[in-house]
Amino acid sequence: MHLKISHTTVYDYSEPVPYALQQLRLRPKSRAQQNVLSWKVEIEGGKLQASFEDEHANSVDLISFDPGVRQIRVVSVGEVEVRDTGGVVGRHTGFVPLWLFQRHTPLTRPGKGVRDLVAALDHTLAGLDALHALSRSIAEAVPYSTEQTSAELSAEDAIAAGHGVCQDHAHIFISAARLMGTPARYVSGYLMMNDRIAQTASHAWAEAHVEGLGWVGFDVSNGISPDARYVRVATGLDYLGAAPISGMRFGKGAENMLVKLHVEQQ
Amino acid sequence: MTEAPKYFDEMFWPDGTARVPYAEYSDWFGTEDVRRLKRKSAQAEALFRLTGITFNVYGAEEAGERLIPFDLVPRIITAQEWTILSRGIDQRVRAINSFLHDIYHRQEIVRAGRLPAEMIAQNAAFLPQMIGVAPPGNIYTHIVGTDLVRTGENEFFVLEDNARTPSGVSYMLENRETMLHMFPELFSKVKVRGVSQYPRSLRRALSASVPPKCEGPPTVAVLTPGIYNSAYYEHAFLADQMGVELVEGHDLRVVDGRVAMRTTQGYKAIDVLYRRVDDEFLDPMTFSPDSMLGVPGIMDVYRAGAITIANAPGTGIADDKAIYSYMPDIVEFYTGEQAILKNVPTHRCSEPDALAYVLDNLADLVVKEVHGSGGYGMLVGPAASKKELAAFRAKLMAAPENYIAQPTLALSTVPILTNAGLAPRHVDLRPFALASPGGVEIIPGGLTRVALKKGSLVVNSSQGGGTKDTWVLED
Amino acid sequence: MLGKTAGGVFWMLRYMERTENTARMIDAALRISLTRSSAAESEWTSLLTTTGMLGAYYDRHSAVDGHKVINFLLRDPTNAGSVMSGVELARTNARMVRTALTREVWEAVNECWMVLKDMLARPVREQDLPEILQTIRQRSAFVRGSLHGTMVRNDIYDFARMGTFFERADNVARVLDVKYYILLPSIMHVGSASDNVQWETILRATSSTRAYQTLHEGEFDSRKIARFLILDKRLPRSLAFCYGKIADNLGYLAEDYGERLECHTMVDQICNRFNTTSIDQIFEYGLHEFITEFLIDSQRLGQQIEQDYRFIE
Repeated sequence: MHLKISHTTVYDYSEPVPYALQQLRLRPKSRAQQNVLSWKVEIEGGKLQASFEDEHANSVDLISFDPGVRQIRVVSVGEVEVRDTGGVVGRHTGFVPLWLFQRHTPLTRPGKGVRDLVAALDHTLAGLDALHALSRSIAEAVPYSTEQTSAELSAEDAIAAGHGVCQDHAHIFISAARLMGTPARYVSGYLMMNDRIAQTASHAWAEAHVEGLGWVGFDVSNGISPDARYVRVATGLDYLGAAPISGMRFGKGAENMLVKLHVEQQ
Repeated sequence: MTEAPKYFDEMFWPDGTARVPYAEYSDWFGTEDVRRLKRKSAQAEALFRLTGITFNVYGAEEAGERLIPFDLVPRIITAQEWTILSRGIDQRVRAINSFLHDIYHRQEIVRAGRLPAEMIAQNAAFLPQMIGVAPPGNIYTHIVGTDLVRTGENEFFVLEDNARTPSGVSYMLENRETMLHMFPELFSKVKVRGVSQYPRSLRRALSASVPPKCEGPPTVAVLTPGIYNSAYYEHAFLADQMGVELVEGHDLRVVDGRVAMRTTQGYKAIDVLYRRVDDEFLDPMTFSPDSMLGVPGIMDVYRAGAITIANAPGTGIADDKAIYSYMPDIVEFYTGEQAILKNVPTHRCSEPDALAYVLDNLADLVVKEVHGSGGYGMLVGPAASKKELAAFRAKLMAAPENYIAQPTLALSTVPILTNAGLAPRHVDLRPFALASPGGVEIIPGGLTRVALKKGSLVVNSSQGGGTKDTWVLED
Repeated sequence: MLGKTAGGVFWMLRYMERTENTARMIDAALRISLTRSSAAESEWTSLLTTTGMLGAYYDRHSAVDGHKVINFLLRDPTNAGSVMSGVELARTNARMVRTALTREVWEAVNECWMVLKDMLARPVREQDLPEILQTIRQRSAFVRGSLHGTMVRNDIYDFARMGTFFERADNVARVLDVKYYILLPSIMHVGSASDNVQWETILRATSSTRAYQTLHEGEFDSRKIARFLILDKRLPRSLAFCYGKIADNLGYLAEDYGERLECHTMVDQICNRFNTTSIDQIFEYGLHEFITEFLIDSQRLGQQIEQDYRFIE
């Protein structure tokens, strides 16, 4: 599937910002299931300072704000050719040892909620089947809802809230998978919803490492493994490691963020 | 019946005559008046105070700034002894740099089964953000302070490899300056190798590890947490002696893809940053988000190859207590040679044979928690009561993998000057090594720490320790 | 050099100069309170006003009393403007900019701190006051002397010198600002003993008595005193002298860095006013108004220098 993506994030500030930096993880890479045909990231109100690959092989751009700006606009536009691999991403590559993906982070640390969820699973299942079962039980226990929860909920907090967005589902899945001894990671990216071009937000899902297959994706919110409508952009141990934009800002005043996202088939 | 002395005294034979390296010093001391020397000692202290060689003490409002006591009897090491020590340190520093590169890349040592993966996985000093990073010149630890203890004529042991941000080198330099100032006549009698080249060597070593984006002569700076840090004096001293700027986090910003310092004429890029700020506080965007001491974005600039951070982040994995017991294997794995300097024999209680031995000999051993620090959860066998031994035995058997055990070491003594003349006190030694792509340079000397309390084995300055000038004799 | 270092050096010298000026002013007020007990309270009050510490003083004490004022201004740790606090601040700045100083300068500051910390550890008794005030002046002079004798004449030195002259001009202007009314013709009773003493206080507080007498053959005249302290470039504490020095040092920086900035235009304007205005014109314009405007301009210039040379961001 040939997807055309345009992703704009606009930050408005109530006061001029004297100094701020942002890390962008906005560049998808060509992989077995996706081929990036063209991609560019443009910044208005700031400039590129450094580009590097992080430990998960994500392309990261560090940008600074122009002194005194009140608005910054980050636009990424590109085209990606995606193949349906049934969610299979493949063999683990790079220097990060697999055990790192079994480490809990503050956002994925399991508590009673996650433990109960795992305990209730059918323990005769193993491998892919067990993970699909996990995905289903999360979707039942924590139904999808766009009703706004606070920005960075942990897996436990999301279970307690009783509903969640894709980010929360991914965190719960990762937490539970790690508890079951399976390496798991967070993926941020894009999904073309069939019925619309303008998407409400960028998407997130989880990947687990399955013996024999390598990394396999699980989109709890949609109850499937990623297909040809999914573009992988960045991975990390949790949201914080794969967030499209994260940063820090000097000075006071409030921040308001607006995202415009178009994903359409060519 | 006379009992053989329990500890090796570096200055005197058991019969009270001076050993060879101390012969000339001993002759000189014999002609000196102890009261005059005590007066000199007080003068030295006044000089230290005026110079500001103090360390800050937290908590005690009145205490504020304290001096580390200086003892004016030198600690002397022969040329032959030094040759062995410096070869051993050189080997260790090379091995540590290779180890660090490996740990942050393919982890061959783990694949080869020479180091269990848990040693890395469960280690807080391991920084995933350093995975795959290639530091300029492939040097991870540029400045290493190797803590050594001595137990006999030719018996040296490595107690600890300080590969993060070892401190104390300013004392090595100031102690020598003070001795030269107070006893110039001694230095014409005894030929002592110089240490004053250290700041030049440090600057050279740092400049040799420039990042790829550096053009022209490299700009070096020292990063300090600020004037309230306990080692601030040393930070200012080293910057001053190297002739480079001493910066704090808030002096620095990311400008034009580089980390740059705010000067009176605008921002100026830094090529090599000798940081004396811990990993955790280095970059709030990558590590601890509430750090006010660091530089936001420096890790990104670093990973983009536009600055050298010395020592590299994540070097703490090499001087961790858990890793220490593997150092002989680490040296052998990366250098193909046997380690020249011995480790203190360490029993890993996770191994059944070792555990059996430790349980049989508990009363003679020191048992430490693998991930503990500050002496918590530690057992000192010879000093423990039967009840304490029994209680610890139970803890040990419940979770043997949490413990290591070592024999209690009989640290050597060197005399200090007391009102009653010379009296033996226990010492250790921290020589300083500088690594650069051109090789390892070890400054002939180091920081000798001395436990000033009679019988004490604790040399830490926070617990009544002092320092001595360390003399390495010329060949 | 680092912007922070420029600021640190500048403020280190400002604090040293300030402690010295406080000592001089205490000395002058003490003199009046000893010779004219009826004027003592108003003199101590005026001293607190000049140092900007009147409000802080009343936060701690209910009435103005010589002993209390002296201890408040010399050693009260809760008073950020006390001599001891000033020396602490000078030393903190010196530690921060240690690498920009010679060993001699650092040691002069550090020793000043050590000596005064010891001397001011206990409440000050009247009989010890002369020695203490002298020590403060002397220690400040040691710092200035070591700076003069050992520092390379570069940008670091320029910022240090500016700190001294900024604080000195500020101090003289504040003395004049508080005491201007006794120099005004309207309340001047020629030759009365009262005026002589008051005028002398102004000179004494600025350590200019002897210089004034030498240059004016002992003739006391309010207009001449004002001219001397504001416009006479022979007096190293006059506003015109101090601003001449500030202009010189800013000029060296412009030459050194090859760049003239906003602060250069501002300092030229201030100096120009001293060069083209006579004392008669100042009195005609209003002495109080002139001094007030000067203090505002001076503060603006300080902020401009801080910005132009990036003391802070």
